[in-house]
Amino acid sequence: MDLATLTQTITFFALAGAVIVAALGVVLLNNVVYSAFLLGGVFLSISGLYILMNADFVSAAQILIYVGAVNVLILFAIMLVNKREAYTPVPGRWLRQGGAAVVSLGVFALLTKMILQTPWQLSSLPPTTDSITTIGQHFFSNFLLPFELASVLLLMALIGAVVLARRELVLEPEPILGEEVVPPLELPERPREPVALSEK
Amino acid sequence: MQLTYVLILAALLFCIGIYGLVTSRNAVRVLMSIELLLNAVNLNLIGFANYLDGQQIKGQVFAVFVITVAAAEAAVGLAIILAIYRNRDTVDMEKFNLLKW
Repeated sequence: MDLATLTQTITFFALAGAVIVAALGVVLLNNVVYSAFLLGGVFLSISGLYILMNADFVSAAQILIYVGAVNVLILFAIMLVNKREAYTPVPGRWLRQGGAAVVSLGVFALLTKMILQTPWQLSSLPPTTDSITTIGQHFFSNFLLPFELASVLLLMALIGAVVLARRELVLEPEPILGEEVVPPLELPERPREPVALSEK
Repeated sequence: MQLTYVLILAALLFCIGIYGLVTSRNAVRVLMSIELLLNAVNLNLIGFANYLDGQQIKGQVFAVFVITVAAAEAAVGLAIILAIYRNRDTVDMEKFNLLKW
């Protein structure tokens, strides 16, 4: 085993260990803020794995989109729904957790057996050196329709997120002339928690 | 062989994501688990593109599409969670029974 292969193998196993440990932390830790930061660690380690597998453009896109956008969005959501609530215990919850663990491990064992048994047709050609050019040619030749549909999907997600997360305004009737006008400094909003208010 | 290592790593990440998706009670953590699932799929795609299809890297094109859909999903999912939190005053998955007969 020469030096390049050895370095590649060591880097791969270090990044894989980081991915697994951080993913377990995301799932198992109690504090959701720690989970969000560990999720950023998972994304960074996976982008390192992409570089190891000659995917430089996807690695940069992974860092920009996942770490820069999705992770920050999740942190903002955690801050917006920042509520320390003690979860009421649900009877039989350990049974569900144990069942989920058994099913996950079973799926993992099944997938591992399938991966080890399949004879993979490895390509003998060396991988391409300019991946960005190849990806761009794919985007504008045989993947043109999905590429344009992706832009429509992003526009729909943008508008949908704004419509869903916006607070609904209560439309008040127009003030009659001569009547005292309400000070226009604040937006008239529906009460913040209608369920909680109506219970009082 | 390195392809099997990559595939096994992706399978393990996928199973961790499924476990978190089923068992977590915080709704934001459920979204994080979905991101883990999508990253496992991306890892598979990049591995196949590198080891089986080194010349025409179509797996990387698919990975870019998956990243796009994941970004859109995260935005809409977090907006839905914010709307539910404003209505229900909780992010506990056990108390979300809006679609339950």
